[in-house]
This record gives sequence, structure tokens and C-alpha cells, in this order.
Amino acid sequence: MGIRFRRRFEEGGLRWALASAAGVLFALLLSAALLALRGISPASFFYVLLEAPFGSSYGLKETAVKAVPIAFCALAVSLSFRMLLWNIGAEGQLHLGAFAAALFARHLDWGSRALNLPAMGLSAFVAGGLYASLVGLLKVRLRVNEVISSLMLNYVALLWMDYLVYGPWKDPSSLGFPMTPLIPPSHSLPVLIPPRLHLGVLLVVLSSAALHLLLERTSFGYEVRVTGSSKEASLYAGMNYWRNVLLVMFLSGGLAGLAGFCEFSGLIHRLQPSMSPGYGFTGITVAWLSRVKPLVALPVSYLVAALFVAGDALQISFRLPLASVQVVQGLVLTFALVGDFFSRYELVLEGRAGEGDA
Amino acid sequence: MLDLIFQEVLPAAVRSGTPLLFATLGEILTERSGVLNLGLEGIMLVGALSAFASAFAGAPPLLAAALAFAAGAFVSLPHALLSVKLKGNQVVSGVALAMLGSGISAALGKPLVGQTIRGFEPLPLWPLSELPAVGRALFRQDPMVYLSYLLVLLVWVFLHRSSWGLRLRACGESPRVADAMGVPVDRVRIFATCLGGGIVALGGAYLPLSYTRMWVENISAGRGWIAVALVIFSLWDPKRALWSSYLFGGLGVLQFYLQTRGVGVPTPFLLMIPYLATLVLMGFSGLREELAMRLSAPSALGKPYDREER
Amino acid sequence: MSAQLLLMQDIWKGFGGLWANRGVSFDLLAGEVHALLGENGAGKSTLMNVLVGLYRQDRGRIFLEGREVRFSSPRDAIRAGIGMVHQHFMLVEKMTVWENVALGMEGLGLGLKREEVLRRIEEASRRYSLEVDPKAHIWQLSVGERQRVEILRTLMSNPRVLVLDEPTSVLTPQESEGLFRTLRRVREEGRGVIFISHKLREVMEVADRITVMRGGERVATLRAEEVSEERLAELMIGRKLRLEYSKPSPSGSILAREEVLRVEDLRVEGDRANLAVDGISLSVRGGTILGVAGVAGNGQRELVEAIAGLRRPLSGRIYLLGKDITHAPVRERIALGLSYIPAERGQVGLVGDLDLVDNVALKDYWKGGLSFDRRRFEERAGRLVREFDVRVQRLDGPVKNMSGGNMQRLLLARELSSDPVLVVAVHPTWGLDVAATEFVRERLLEERGKGKAILLISEDLEEIMALSDLIAVISRGKIMGILKPEEADERRIGLMMMGEREG
Repeated sequence: MGIRFRRRFEEGGLRWALASAAGVLFALLLSAALLALRGISPASFFYVLLEAPFGSSYGLKETAVKAVPIAFCALAVSLSFRMLLWNIGAEGQLHLGAFAAALFARHLDWGSRALNLPAMGLSAFVAGGLYASLVGLLKVRLRVNEVISSLMLNYVALLWMDYLVYGPWKDPSSLGFPMTPLIPPSHSLPVLIPPRLHLGVLLVVLSSAALHLLLERTSFGYEVRVTGSSKEASLYAGMNYWRNVLLVMFLSGGLAGLAGFCEFSGLIHRLQPSMSPGYGFTGITVAWLSRVKPLVALPVSYLVAALFVAGDALQISFRLPLASVQVVQGLVLTFALVGDFFSRYELVLEGRAGEGDA
Repeated sequence: MLDLIFQEVLPAAVRSGTPLLFATLGEILTERSGVLNLGLEGIMLVGALSAFASAFAGAPPLLAAALAFAAGAFVSLPHALLSVKLKGNQVVSGVALAMLGSGISAALGKPLVGQTIRGFEPLPLWPLSELPAVGRALFRQDPMVYLSYLLVLLVWVFLHRSSWGLRLRACGESPRVADAMGVPVDRVRIFATCLGGGIVALGGAYLPLSYTRMWVENISAGRGWIAVALVIFSLWDPKRALWSSYLFGGLGVLQFYLQTRGVGVPTPFLLMIPYLATLVLMGFSGLREELAMRLSAPSALGKPYDREER
Repeated sequence: MSAQLLLMQDIWKGFGGLWANRGVSFDLLAGEVHALLGENGAGKSTLMNVLVGLYRQDRGRIFLEGREVRFSSPRDAIRAGIGMVHQHFMLVEKMTVWENVALGMEGLGLGLKREEVLRRIEEASRRYSLEVDPKAHIWQLSVGERQRVEILRTLMSNPRVLVLDEPTSVLTPQESEGLFRTLRRVREEGRGVIFISHKLREVMEVADRITVMRGGERVATLRAEEVSEERLAELMIGRKLRLEYSKPSPSGSILAREEVLRVEDLRVEGDRANLAVDGISLSVRGGTILGVAGVAGNGQRELVEAIAGLRRPLSGRIYLLGKDITHAPVRERIALGLSYIPAERGQVGLVGDLDLVDNVALKDYWKGGLSFDRRRFEERAGRLVREFDVRVQRLDGPVKNMSGGNMQRLLLARELSSDPVLVVAVHPTWGLDVAATEFVRERLLEERGKGKAILLISEDLEEIMALSDLIAVISRGKIMGILKPEEADERRIGLMMMGEREG
């Protein structure tokens, strides 16, 4: 006697989108209710929520800027998740990318932006990629679970950054604050639309399209899709599983590295301990909500970034801590998950024990 | 030099490592049942806030700690339900919990920033506190530290010497077998996740009640994430968790003492050692089947169990 | 006579539209060993899974010692006194023997009384002559030892009914003898034993009564002394051929044709470090079908995987059109014209989550170089769907939602359209309706007509008999004999499948 869940036969895309949206809406309503307890009217909550990121051109631009690293990380995670590789090390790979770009900026100057920036971007990509390949290598050779190894390497990368920023690369004129000197314009991403909307936006859109094409139009992408669905089928077709693991991890880490490159070269223009307020983890959220589709990740990243921007505004308008955003984000994730679940399973009410559920 | 270690460094390492120990013990319980809970940072912060707020409101520290435990268990329940009953993705769900917990803690704790409480007083355990070398480090601490010792023992005894501990371990290794043996896998996992979460919250409670006695935002400073690594490093064994927590906790403290002696190993590298060591350890276990059997994670960790999945 | 211990009355159980048990009734008396006999897919395991609470029957009732029982979980069944030793052991690898035993014990209370458990193990071990080392870890034990632990554990829970699922399939003859000794002891104690098996000789030796199942139904229940092995084999498999296939006899002598596949003294290891293929040699010529008959689990899978390139043989050689492919990569074999149609059509042969177009590309997508041109495959998919009559509403839904029959058509379409020289087909009509089955068989004959060599693995004897030019029977990793269809009848083959060697 009781409630049971049975796997649904049809996993419709529309049902999922609706269910996730319902989850998100519910979370927002819940947040509004919680804030109402503190004397903030739901109406003004929703007003600020929508107005801040979308109500002005400034808001739209700020949201886009924030969306860039989130989207890159989401793309990185989406790719690896497609092959059932749980890369939760995007955060660390992001920092490695920033480090590589900074390394170039520190020692080399090839004269113009047109030469410097691609070199820096490439370094960031390769650095992040190699770092993630470590995870792949450990899995391939030593059967180490990638969740564990990517998590460990996260810490190592962040500590490495700490070392640089508090130590040898510290800016002597920074009055004791841990940060490296500012990089010159010759090494910074050009601003497309003032005040801060930089080239990174274009990069991420291109990357998303590139990833989509990779998955749908190349043999390699085909192999990733097959392997992510059934490892046995991929072996049956003669695909090289281990080679694909390494390649996917490399590309995944590379994308996360680009996130770091964009933040370093386009926004912050220096290295500091908090290059990223957890974009690597936010990327996991976004990837999940986008059902690991690269093109969907863009708008979802934008929406999540809007949440951050709205949070800033909420903080200012209502003197709420930034942490409010974290609560809302956590709620959104949770209920999106619930929504996702209901799109996969359906409720079955059981009769008397002994009578089946045929 | 030796004197310095035992009189200064070791006690500091124990104090610094205690919140890690609580968190690690709690997560060991959870993971041994097969559930991966990455939301430890959030749970610790919730525990810290609950403890601080109730102490601030006048509750005796013991009650404050108990309330923190309850809060931790409560806040872990959604993750437990999502992961076990609803068969959700445990990585995503755990990350959500971490975010939620951090946010709630920071948001609700805002008015309390900068306030202080009395918290626990150190309680020397005579005559053990007079022991040479370890007396000061181990037995001149506050009651929560002693609680953590007790907890190590209790968790170990539970896991390896009780029938329910056996059943819990079976859920983490092979839920199919546990189910066939009549173990209520879902209920055990939910229970382990909530109980584990409560213990993790005690680790958070320790921070304001004993360590700093005041409220600052983000009081746990990433310890929850460190604990996730520690569980692996301890190979899911409470006894190992004990000394590895002090090791991790001590590494940061060690930096200052090394500096006074003129040994300048940059802190970050010291702090990296545990993570790299974990990787090496995991790598080794992949080399041979015997090592894999003895050293590896619970086989069903992170995978939802569905009886009728054909 | 003895009391009736168990009665399963009119049990129906189905999965997604297929009935595994159709109105099966089964009873067990106290102090008897009752064997349950039948081919794979006959429904024996399903019936037992219902009994032990892993499945819930859709219709029907169960009575234990006269009282009706309803199980909602294995725990209920264990509590009621039903103990089962599964074919796939229910043992936690990382734990010790005594811990596994303790796991299944009731009444232990809070503490894990190690000494007590060890003592009880020792006692039971002596009583039932089952030797085990209680402190060993399961992963250290051999298959036979693990089974002893399983049986011991089950017996220690004091069951009224003991169910054994294919217990001797992993045992040596001596170990089997030991098992029968144990069973006699159990019977003396007044318990009832249900013994699922394929092995006629053993069943005759140890059982009091025998129930034969076929196609989800109970066919007969007989007393062991009243029946012969031949009669049992006939009941299990024997069936008049319902469908006749026009099979043009090969023109000229078979030996004159080109040898497409040759396997020489192949040895292949199974998943449990056992020798699954133990020195098999065979040969398939162009334009002929070699049917390999045998109960599943006797090495067919490992043999086929070795031929397909998915499993490395320990020793021996495989030749395709004279070329040594023993260690060749999968792609090379495909390029040489090897086509493998696996039994698991949804997980291996086809990629369930991807659509028709993607699936059609699986065997030669790499020929397009770096790019994957979906249009090319769309075109091919459309063509194949028409030619092979695959009934789908749209080309772009995930393949796993298709019916079994349509999936198989798709699989065949892809494989056969690549014009292979050798087709390896494993259980190709398993789970298909009559129309789809017909279709598959006719296509295979068509390929044979075109001169292809076909290696057909099937448990369906009627299929083997109807389609094959030569029939090989496999048992325990060896070929028991090779016959021409005219020489074989179901009885003879059935006996060979059960392990009776011939010639």
C-alpha cells in the first residue's frame, strides 16, 4: 500500500522544460514569500528581480558580462557530462586558464592585441585542457573516479593561485592586498560595448556554436554521443573509449580555461584570490538545467547571471546580503531537480498488497 | 623544538582539526551508506549559525550544539530525499545544498556579525591532562573536542560492531544484495544522510562555540569542502579520519611555527599535500585488485538504487 | 503423504507487454526436492522471483502451509521462511564470509555478535557438510566456495522452503556431489527444496518430482521415478515445427564452398575468471548457416565476442576469409566484412538514446573522415526503413522507444545492407512476435542464398533446426557434436545440450 514511482516511458523535451520552469517559478515564489517575512513586498521583489538585469541597457550588459564565465563552465561541464564523465573540476581548470594567460602577459608581448590575445587564449585553453586531462589519465590508467580526482585538483589549482598572488607575483604597490599588477590594454580583451561588455561575449557564443557543431556534425562528436549513451555500443562499433575520455576531458578543461582567460583578460585584468565566485559549480547547475545541450546553455547561463545581477540590486535596494542570491539559487536548483525528476518518473498509487501494478 | 611542537603546535592542530573531524565523520556515515553529499560547506554554516544564534539568545552551549545537530539533520533531508527516493543526481543536488546552506547562513546571520558569545570553556581532563607530550594537546581542550573523540569511537563501533552498521555498509557496497537480505535500503540511506548531516553540523557549531566565539560571515572558510576530500583521504575509516583531520588542520597552523624557525615553505604548498596525497592513494588502489578491494570507495557510492531497474 | 508446504496458484507476471508467467500453478510438499525444469525464457526464474518477493505477481495467489501470503519485499519472504540461493550471488564482495552471513540473519539484536555468528557458521557447516572459511573475504573466494557461502547463509535462516537457482552450473562434479549430500540432509529435516536446473541427469538423481515449464506456462508435473530423460527433454524442447521454411538445398557439396570463418582451438576467459570457451573449433562456409544450439551461459557469448573482437582469446586462432583476425581491432573486422548482430539489441547493437539516423551510421560513420554528414545517413535511413519495413512514426525519436520487432528490423537493415561476408547473429528472434520472427528468419535465409556465411547462435531449437545447414551443440564451452539437420532430432540435440557428449 502506498506511493511508488515508475520510470516514464516517454521522456519528452517539452515536459522537461515545463517541469523545470515550474520548479524555478516555485522557487522564486518561495523566495518571495521568505523575503515577505522580512518586510519586503513580493511585488517589489519581482520588480527588482526583473528590472535590474533586464530593465536597462546597463543591466543587460552587466548580465551578459557575468554570463560569460558561467556559460564557458557550463559548456565545459556539458561536454564531459555528455560522455558521462563527471568533471566537477571546472573551477580549478578555470584558474589554470587564468594562470596561463597571466603567465604570458607577464613575460611576453608580441606587440599588438591581435597577436597577444589569441596567444593568451590558446595558452589558457591548453592549460585548462591539460589539467583536466590529468583527471582523464588517472581514470584511464589507474581507474580513479573522476569526481574524486577533479575535486582534489580543484583545491590544488586554487592553492597554486593563492601562492602566486600572495607570493612571487604580488603587486608591490597593492598595499598588502593580494593581487598581481594590472595588465596593460595590449593584453586585455577589447571592450565591445562600454563600459564592460568585452569580446568574451562573442567568444562564448562562438564556442557554444562550435561545441554544438562538434557534437552534431563531426565523427568525434558522434562518438561522444554514442559513448555517453552506451559504452558497450561504442565498443561494439570499434570506438576507442580511452582515447575519447582523454580528448573529451582535454576539451572540457580547455573551455573552462577560456572562462578563466575571459575573466582575467576581459574583466578583472589581474590575478586575485577570488577569480571566480564558484563559476565552476554554477556551470554544473546550468549544464544540468540545459540537459547538456550547448545551445541551450547560453540562454540558461544568461538567466542565471541575471539572478546574480538581481542579487546585487536586491542587496542595494533592500540592504540584503549577497547571500540571498545564494539561497534563491540553491532553491532554484533544488526545485529544478525536482521538476527534472517528475519529467522522468511518474506517480503510481498502489492498491492492496498482492495485487500488482500491471 | 620538540617542546614547541607538543606544547603549541599539536594543541592548535587539534583545535583546528576538530571541525574537520566532525564533518568527516558525518560524511563517512553518509557515504558508507552509498549517498554522496557534497553540501557539507552549507551544512556546516547552518550548524554554525544555529549554534551561535541560540547561544546568543541565551541557550547554554550544550543545547546550542544539540540544536545545531538538529538543524544539520533537517537541512540534509531534502538532499536525502532527492537522492534516494527521487533518484536525482547526487552531485548536482549536493552542490545545491552547499549553496543553499551558505546562503541561508549568511542571510540570517547578517544582523549577528561581530557579536560574541561565551561558548565552551576549556575543560582539562585530570589526570590525563598531566600526561607528558600529549596531555596538553589532547586533554586540555573543550568539551566538544572530547565529544569528537567519543564520536570517532561511536561511529567506528557502529559501523563495524553493530548489526545496523553492517546493514548500512551493505547498502553502500551492494544495495541489490542488501535489498535481497531484507535491508530497507532507502530508509537506511535517508537516515544515514540525515544523521551524517547532523554530525557535520556539529563541526560547524564548534567554530563559533569553541574556536572563535564570534560570528563572521563564512565562518567555515571552505572547511566543508576540505572535509569532502578528507573522507576520501581517510579511506572512509573513522580511525584514519582522526589523525588525518589533525594533519589537515595542523598544516595551516604549522606554517606559522615553521616561519618562526626560519623554514619558509609557502603555506599553499603545504596545504596542497593532503589533496595530492589523496590522489596518489587513489591511484595506488587502482593498480591491484587487492588494493582496490581494501582501499576503495563504497562500490555503490553516488548511484541511486532502483529495485525494478531491468 | 507429506503436507503441502507451498502452493503458487495461477500466477501471471508480465513486463512491458510480455508475459513471463502465464497462469502457472506450482506446489511443493514438505520433505521433497521438486525440480523446476525449462529453457531460458521459460519463466522459471520469474516464477521464483515472485516467490521470494523480488517481483509482485500481476495475478494469482501464494499459500504457505495453508495460509495465504503476500510479499511486498524480499524481507517479507525471508521472514515467512522462504530462502533462495540466486544464480547471481547475493554476496557483498568486500565483506567477509561471516559478515555476509550476519547480514542475512534475523534476531541478532543491536550488536554484531561475531563469536556467536562464527559459532553458528561452524555448526551449520558441519551439519550440512559445507566447508567455508568464515574469515575470508568474498573477493578471495572461488565461485564454488562463494556458492557454499550462499547456501550456508540461506540455510542458517531456517527456511521452510529452500530455492536453488541453477546451483550446479558453476560446480565441479565433486562439488555437485557435495551439494546433493547437503540437499538430502535438508530434505530429511522436513524442509522443501525447489531446484531449478537444466541438467537432466542431476535432476533425475536428486529430485522427487519434476515440473517442466515452457513459454511461460507449466507443461507437466511428474514424479521422477515415472519419467525418463528422453521424455523430459521432449517436454522441455520438443515441439512440432509450426512454420516451414523453404530452404533451397545448397547446390553441390558444402565442402566445395569457400571457407569464410574458421575458428581453431579457441580458448576464451569469461567474466569470472572461468574458462568459458574451452577449445572450440568450427568452420562456416559461404552460402551456409551454421547453427549453434545450446542453453545460454555455456560460452556462446564469449565465443561470439571473441569472433567480433570484443574479447581477447587466451589462445587459438580465428580466420576470416583466410586472414588471421584473432587479435585484429573491431574496425578491421568490420572492414573485412564481419557483421555482428548481438543479442542485446537495445544496448549494444543499437544506441537506445539516439535516433534512427544516428543508429544507421554506427558501423561506418568513420568513412566520412572528420565530419559527420547527417544528410547522407538520413537518406540511407529512409531507404532502409522502406526496404526492411521498419514501422516508425518519425525518424528522429530515440530508438529505445521502438518495439522489439522494429528494433530488430532496424538492426538487421543496417547490418545486412553493408554487404558483409559473415553474419554472426545471436538470439535474433528472442522476444519478437511471429511476424518479426518470420521476417528475421527469411532475411537470414536470403543472405544465405546470396552466398554469405552465417553463424547463428540460438536457444530456439526449432529455429536452429529450420535454418541451419549444420548444427553444432555447445555445452560448457565445448562443442558436443556437429550434425546435419536430417540426422538430428530434438531429443538427440536436447540431450547434447544437457551435457551428454556424443561421438
